[in-house]
Amino acid sequence: MPAELSSNGNGPHGASADDGVGIQLRGIGKRFGEIVALRGIDFEIQRHSRIGIVGPSGGGKSTLLHIVAGLMEPDTGEVTVEGATAAGDRLARCALMPQRDLLLPWRTALDNATIALENRGISRSEARNRTRPLFARFGLAMFEDVRPAQLSGGMRQRVSFLRTLVADKDVLLLDEPFGALDSITRAQMQEWLLRALGEEPRTVLLVTHDVEEALLLSKVVVVLSARPGRVVRELTADFPTDAPRREIVTSPKFVALKEQALEAIG
Amino acid sequence: MSAGAPPQLSEEDLLVPATRPTLGKRLGSMTRTYASAVVLTLGLLVAWELTVRLAHIPEYLLPSPTQILGDFKTDWVILWPAMWVTLREVLIGFVIATAAGIGLAVLLHLSGPLRRALYPLLIGSQTIPIVVLAPILVILLGYGILPKLVIVALICFFPIVVNGLDGLRAVDDDFIQMMYTLDATRWGIFRRVEFPGALPSFFSGMRIAATFAAIGAVFGEWSGSNAGLGYVMLEATPNLLTARIFAAILMLTVISLALFGLVSLLERIAVPWAPKRESA
Repeated sequence: MPAELSSNGNGPHGASADDGVGIQLRGIGKRFGEIVALRGIDFEIQRHSRIGIVGPSGGGKSTLLHIVAGLMEPDTGEVTVEGATAAGDRLARCALMPQRDLLLPWRTALDNATIALENRGISRSEARNRTRPLFARFGLAMFEDVRPAQLSGGMRQRVSFLRTLVADKDVLLLDEPFGALDSITRAQMQEWLLRALGEEPRTVLLVTHDVEEALLLSKVVVVLSARPGRVVRELTADFPTDAPRREIVTSPKFVALKEQALEAIG
Repeated sequence: MSAGAPPQLSEEDLLVPATRPTLGKRLGSMTRTYASAVVLTLGLLVAWELTVRLAHIPEYLLPSPTQILGDFKTDWVILWPAMWVTLREVLIGFVIATAAGIGLAVLLHLSGPLRRALYPLLIGSQTIPIVVLAPILVILLGYGILPKLVIVALICFFPIVVNGLDGLRAVDDDFIQMMYTLDATRWGIFRRVEFPGALPSFFSGMRIAATFAAIGAVFGEWSGSNAGLGYVMLEATPNLLTARIFAAILMLTVISLALFGLVSLLERIAVPWAPKRESA
């Protein structure tokens, strides 16, 4: 990423090294009225590592993401995101990428990607100049001036992901990012994401209901139970990101891990 | 890893061709769109003409379309200047209503307490019959253009406020959370998400208002004036110049349609991204 992008101290270049704790959760609990969404969630990941959270639908996975992001406070427990515990400070360190691409239909792809810079008071032309090079680097050249309605689902998700990269937050929270895509596009996007994260390391928390996706994209996979969501299994995945996908998913280790995860989900 | 190996982009990544249809094609589709309306209108006019002629209905009761057309020729010197007076009232009143409507909608959207306090009053204000209010405004503001502008604006601003406010509040919460994680301030969210997102709703309100504006101007002129199409009608009625009244109505219709068309045109320019809607 061009050096100018890391103008705020919260960015990946503001911090010194790729070590230390990225995200730490201690006894997180959350209820909505009578419904207990989350109970006693504990886990921790290193900075610039990737953690996947799988579990059945309605298991409070998205709630967990919103809590980490600082959009919501837990009822019990403590969240630490790169040393920050207050909700506002967590929000300053996290970028959320939801399942729906949430691109603004009246803005071109480029102007959607620049929005975080504009939000910080950078002029639109300056923001465009800074963002344009990323389009070429991440396979979106020539799509800068196209409106979202003219893009396919996969391309929209790429723009959406680029928008979170431009925001230059160290922590990326991905909420079923490819859930709306067909399986072929989905596989392409997973590879694309790994390549992009290889270039632009971030602490990634990925929520998905697809066990395979979690194992492929994460170093650690946490399995949540049905409501109330609790951690029922923690698996070390950490497959090489440059090996052919077919080789990985057919390897005995992958198959065994997938088996364990599915069993834990029940 | 070098991202110089961008994923293969195919035609499929672009869903819609970026080219616009040619003028010829657009005219063709317009003809198809409006053909049924033209046929129906012509049919009604022929039926009207025949009824008046065959039943020997006197002109002062119901003039036939050809008699109304003939009246345009004899009364043109009266109708033409009157139309300009009314057109001016309609246009200025509509602009005032639009500015006030957008301003009030934004204000009510940004302030919850203000919205809760003012919204019931706003709805209540619409139950006051304008017909009753108009003469009072004339007493207050005189015979000039001012009371007409106030009446046009009063009638027009309500649909703009209500539609606009709905549009501002209908913005998906997910967009707002997304913006907060991208460092947006409240003002940034309003400016970059809520207001652009509500523009189609504002235009819906304006299109409804455009059809009310001419009625407002006529009410205003009826309550006290010495010019305008409403005044022409008022004068023609006791003299049983029914054809002239119909001619004036026709001109009012043209004003309304033109304003409606103008608003639709503005919408196309301001909101080119909006999904195409079936034209009314």
